[in-house]
Amino acid sequence: MTYTPTTTSATLIGSDRMTPARVRGHSRKFSFGRSLAWLYLIGVLFVTIFPFYWILRTALSDNYALLSNPSSILPVDFTWGPFRRVLGLAAPAEAVAEGGSGASIQLSSFLLNSIVYATVSTALIVFFSTLAAYAFARLQWRGREVMFSMFLAALMVPGILTLLPNFVLIKELGLLNTFAGMILPGALFSAFNIFFLRQFMLGLSTETEEAALLDGAGRVRMLFGITLPMASGPIITLFILGFIGMWNDYFWPLLVTTDSSVQPLTLALAVFKQSSPQAQPDWAGLMAATLVAALPMLLLFMVFGRRIVNSIGFTGLK
Amino acid sequence: MTLLKVEADVSSPANNLNARRPRKDRRAARRAVNAGAPSHRGDGRLAWILIAPALLGFVVFALYPTLRGVYLSFTEFRVLTPPTWVGLDNFVKLAGDEVFWQSLGVTIYFVVIAVGLTMTFSVLTAAVLHRLTTSTVVRGLIILPFLISSVVAATVWSWMLDTQLGVVNLVIEFLGGDGQQFLSSRAWAIPTIALIHVWKNLGYTSIIIFAGLQTIPPTIYEAGRIDGANERQMFLRLTMPLLRPIIALVLVLNVIGAFQVFDIIAVTTKGGPANASNVLQMYIYNKAFGQFDFGYASAMSMALFVILIAITFIQMRMLRANESDNS
Repeated sequence: MTYTPTTTSATLIGSDRMTPARVRGHSRKFSFGRSLAWLYLIGVLFVTIFPFYWILRTALSDNYALLSNPSSILPVDFTWGPFRRVLGLAAPAEAVAEGGSGASIQLSSFLLNSIVYATVSTALIVFFSTLAAYAFARLQWRGREVMFSMFLAALMVPGILTLLPNFVLIKELGLLNTFAGMILPGALFSAFNIFFLRQFMLGLSTETEEAALLDGAGRVRMLFGITLPMASGPIITLFILGFIGMWNDYFWPLLVTTDSSVQPLTLALAVFKQSSPQAQPDWAGLMAATLVAALPMLLLFMVFGRRIVNSIGFTGLK
Repeated sequence: MTLLKVEADVSSPANNLNARRPRKDRRAARRAVNAGAPSHRGDGRLAWILIAPALLGFVVFALYPTLRGVYLSFTEFRVLTPPTWVGLDNFVKLAGDEVFWQSLGVTIYFVVIAVGLTMTFSVLTAAVLHRLTTSTVVRGLIILPFLISSVVAATVWSWMLDTQLGVVNLVIEFLGGDGQQFLSSRAWAIPTIALIHVWKNLGYTSIIIFAGLQTIPPTIYEAGRIDGANERQMFLRLTMPLLRPIIALVLVLNVIGAFQVFDIIAVTTKGGPANASNVLQMYIYNKAFGQFDFGYASAMSMALFVILIAITFIQMRMLRANESDNS
């Protein structure tokens, strides 16, 4: 962020001179603005993407070689060593020799914890939110409006106010250091999800449901047979956004877990970072661990990129 | 079941009669008809079953902790022993706690830099995207940092900003500048953390604003062009006023988010050097989990909550968020 404006300004001057010649027909001022805009965009994209490349480049480098050649654009002394180190595939002696700390971090078990935590919490919260949204959108019952405004009010309360009491509660329930304790507080109620799905269901035509009703279908069958499939788009969207949030969650697991058998990757990575020797950190290993932590999100992005982009735009518009 | 079918048939002509009325009326009328109709007879029980999990979650993990948080802020509570009521003691202590005020100052400093930069660059980025390209790929690349955790972002940047081997300092030195101790100097810690925060959030915010831009009908710009407005005038006189509701919303969300910054600091500076980046959430965390002073930590959470409510209220007022200028 701090240095790229200077690096791009060099290219900026070069391009400006070229553009007027290229689009002579158009007004000179207009195309100048456009190429400036393109340069800005390229600058933003560069700053955005470069750190991802730098993770990869460092993760494939030898940690000692990084010392002697820190500015190389390509990996220095290409090696899979850092990945082997953080996944616990390298023997301790081998890891130390490559510049890692002797302590093994076994990211694979944390990876599994993250998968369990993110998948179970997201599946539960999306499912329960769908049920509640259906009740708010389609059913007639006394107290509906009051309940809905109460749920919405919960959006106003910031996390910090409920986190400490929730920690105390989880502790009293004896659920510290368990998946249940990590998952439960976020698995039942999400005002945002309920609101999001209710809005969508209200927009759905009721005609199919009425036809099903004439055929004698019960409400429950209608929910699962008609409304749910019709709302599958937003449900998947909420699942993806929820999964990203849970996968990246750090603060809540930090409060309720101290035992590495249930801690997710974010915690392991932070501990790895903090325990790395100050004098000479294992940057290559750290970047390999970082990549392992980020990779599932990058894969998710490759599959659902368009949906993620569009859903973010949509969530902001409400 | 047969009874239900017959009665449903009976009620359907009522719906047909309404067919030519405006949609809203029709829906209201249908609701009125349906309210007593058998199709909604079992609704009450089913509704309570369907919202039971959400209601349980709401009561146990949102309502109860909120009330309990308020209660705990008036107590002395060290987790192992039950809380004892101390009235306003925590708040009196808070008023005289220099670290708290310093921490509040640091937090506000962070919020101003982080939100100021995020808003400026995301509006700019969204406007540039809107004028140049509708490519989903470009927008996808821009939100990449949103997908990774703050822990990952903080780790990468602490490597890139490393004093000796960090690529940023290497570039600065290559260009003839002096290397900076970005995360380990008092002066640079907060601006650096703010920049990491901006890097992480810029794309997400830009895409929301971009979506807002897309809702502005192009005819407005055509009209502006006919009236002889240039790009800059159209941006300032047309785009910005029309975008106001979205910008207000995004601003409020960004401020609230920035006030609760924690992850990046926990990974990079842990509040140091010498409290230079000891933001409120960090201080609260240390009070609660470092010194087990939950009562005091709860009181600080309350203070933060009140600050957030006040700021949200003021911002919504100032930006008149509910209406755009042209409405």
